[in-house]
Amino acid sequence: MQMYDLPDRKGHFGPYGGVFVAETLIHALDELRDAYDSLRHDRAFVAEYEYELKHYVGRPSPVYFAKRLTEKCAGAQIWLKREDLNHTGAHKINNTVGQALVARHMGKKRIIAETGAGQHGVASATVAARYGMQCVVYMGSEDVQRQAPNVYRMKLLGATVVPVESGSKTLKDALNEAMRDWVTNVEDTFYIIGTVAGPHPYPMMVRDFNSVVGRELLVQMPEAIGKQPDAVLACVGGGSNAMGAFYPYIPHKQVRLIGVEAGGLGLHTGKHAATLCAGKPGVLHGNRTYLMQDDNGQIIETHSISAGLDYPGVGPEHAWLKDTGRAEYVAVTDDEALDAFHALCRLEGIIPALESSHAVAHAMKMAASMSTDQVLLVNLSGRGDKDMNTVARHSGLSL
Amino acid sequence: MSRIPAVFKRLHGAGRKALIPFFTAGDPDKGSTVPILHALVRAGADIIELGVPFSDPMADGPVIQRSSERALRNGTTLRDCLGFVAEFRATDTITPVVLMGYANPIEAMGYDAFADSAAASGVDGVLVVDYPPEESAELHDKLKSRGMDSIFLLSPTSVDERMDDVARLASGYVYYVSLKGVTGSASLDLDDVKSRIPRIRAHVNLPIGVGFGIRDAQTAHVIAGVSDAVVIGSRLVQEIESSQPGQAAGNLERLVSEIRRAMDSPA
Ligand SMILES: Cc1ncc(COP(=O)(O)O)c(C=O)c1O
Repeated sequence: MQMYDLPDRKGHFGPYGGVFVAETLIHALDELRDAYDSLRHDRAFVAEYEYELKHYVGRPSPVYFAKRLTEKCAGAQIWLKREDLNHTGAHKINNTVGQALVARHMGKKRIIAETGAGQHGVASATVAARYGMQCVVYMGSEDVQRQAPNVYRMKLLGATVVPVESGSKTLKDALNEAMRDWVTNVEDTFYIIGTVAGPHPYPMMVRDFNSVVGRELLVQMPEAIGKQPDAVLACVGGGSNAMGAFYPYIPHKQVRLIGVEAGGLGLHTGKHAATLCAGKPGVLHGNRTYLMQDDNGQIIETHSISAGLDYPGVGPEHAWLKDTGRAEYVAVTDDEALDAFHALCRLEGIIPALESSHAVAHAMKMAASMSTDQVLLVNLSGRGDKDMNTVARHSGLSL
Repeated sequence: MSRIPAVFKRLHGAGRKALIPFFTAGDPDKGSTVPILHALVRAGADIIELGVPFSDPMADGPVIQRSSERALRNGTTLRDCLGFVAEFRATDTITPVVLMGYANPIEAMGYDAFADSAAASGVDGVLVVDYPPEESAELHDKLKSRGMDSIFLLSPTSVDERMDDVARLASGYVYYVSLKGVTGSASLDLDDVKSRIPRIRAHVNLPIGVGFGIRDAQTAHVIAGVSDAVVIGSRLVQEIESSQPGQAAGNLERLVSEIRRAMDSPA
C-alpha cells in the first residue's frame, strides 16, 4: 500500500495547496515553515503541547453513544466525538493552542486571527490571554451581528475585535483583512489561521494540531465497540474539524470518510456554501482549491445558517481527498441542520453548534437505511451556546 | 513583442525615468477606461498598469478595494479588460500596457486562452500579485512564448536568494514594493528605498520600478532619482473616486502631468 505523505515540501496536495501570496509574505511563510518543521519533531515542544491539551483544553474528549437519537433513526448506531466539551466549546482550541506555542517559540508577541462563527476568535483570544500576547480578531460585520455572544467573549478575554465592512462582510473578508494586517506587521505578528486553508504550511499545521481528534478516536472506538466505525462524519467549512478526524483514518480504507457541507437553502438555489459539491478549482487565500466562483473567476457570496460554514473555499487537502475518492462530500440544508439541532437537544440533552448539526443531520439520514450493528461516528465539533439567537429567530422568537 | 524594453532603452538614452500610473479597469464605469488610458499617455505616462478587478484583493488597501468593488458592480470582467487594451491599441501602438491583478480570473479563463487573448489584444506584460515564481512558471512560459513580459514584485522582506528566484523568471522590469503593507498605506521610507535598490541591482538585471506609498509629485521626484521607474496607484484611484461623473480622465491628466513635470525637473 502506498503511504500517504502529503503535502509535499512546497505544500501541494496533488494539484491543490501551495503558496499563492504576495511577495511580502513569502519570507514570513518560509520562516514559519522552518520553525514548524523543527518544532513538530522537537520532543519538548510536543510534550508542552500535549500537556496543554490535557490540562487546559481538557482532552481527551469522550466518545458518546447517542442512544435515543439512534433509536429514533432506527438503524445504524450514532456515536459522537465530544469536541463540544473542550475548553471554549469547540475543536478550534486544539489548533490555537498549537499555533500560539509556535508563535511563542518564534518570539512573536502579537497574534491576529480571522473568525466566522467567533469560535476560532474566542479560541485565539483565550490562548492570547493564557500566554500573555496581544490579540486582534477580524470578523465580518455581518457575523459580528449574528454571533454577538462570542464577540463579547472575545472582548472579555482582552482581545480587540475589528468588524470588517468590505466585500460580503463575512469570513472570507475577515481573512482578507487579517492577511492585510499580517503584510503590514509581518515582523512582530503571528497570524493564527483558524482552518486548514491559507498558504502552506497552514493547511498542514492546522491539520496536524487537530488530528489529535482522529488519533483519540482510533483508540477510543475499538475500546467502546470493539472495532472502528463504518464511517466518520464531520461538517466542512474550511475543513479543520473534518481534517482532524479524517487524517489518522486515511490509511484505514474500510472506514468511509464523509464531509458534510452547508447546503444553505438548497444547492439548486445557488444560496449555499457547498464548495466541494458545487464549486470549481481556483486560487484564493494563498492556495489552490475548490471555490465558489462565477464564470469570470470572481468569488461569489455564500449562504449558510451557520457562520462557521459560510466560506467560499475549502482546505486543499479536502479537494485532494475528493478527487482521489478517499473522502466523500455531501450537503445538508439549513432546515435539515436545524431539525438535527433540535433532535439532539431533545433526545440527548446536547445543544450542538449549528455547524456540527450539519454532520448530525447527515448521520441521521444515513443511519435509517443501515443495520443496527453498523456504526456512524460524528465529530461533534462544537456546542451551540453561540447559536441561541439564530435558532430563536428561526423559531420566530427573539431573546 | 513586448513594447516595454524599448521604452526603458529610449528613456535611458534621454536620461529620464519611466512614469507608470495604475488604475482599475471599469472604474468609475466601463466607458471611461479607454479614455483614461489615452489621457494618461497625454499626461506623460510611459507604461500603464491596468488593474483587473477582483472580488478579494488581499494585497490592496481600502482605496483600491473600493475601486475593485465599483468595477465589479459595473460587471467588469477579465475579458472586458482585454477588450479595453485592444480598443486602446486601435490608436496607440506604442505605449506598453501591463495587466495587474490576482490569479483566480486567469485560472478561470485558463492559461492558454488568457495568453492567446492577451497577446492578440496587445498586452505587453502581466503582473499577478498572488502568483509567486514557484507557482506560476507554466503561465509565465506561455506569456514569454507569445512575446509578453512577466512582471514580479520584490519587497523589503525579500532575501537575496529570493531575488535570484525572481530574476530567473522576471522580464520587462521588477516592481519594488516600497513598504510592508497594502497599497495606499502610509508613506514609504525613502532611506530604505535608497539602500535597497543597489542590493536589488546586484541580483536582478532589469529596470527597477518603485511603488506603493508614492502619493505626490515631490516623492515621485525623489524616487525617480534612485530608481528606473515610479509607479503611482492609490493616489490616482482616489482621484477617480472623487471626480464628478465624466471628469475622471481630465482630472487624472492634470494630476499625472504635474507628477511628470516633477520627475523630469533637475535635482
Ligand atoms: C463548532 C464549529 N464547527 C465547525 C466549524 C467550521 O470550521 P472547520 O470546517 O474548519 O472545522 C466552525 C467554525 O467556526 C465551528 O465553530
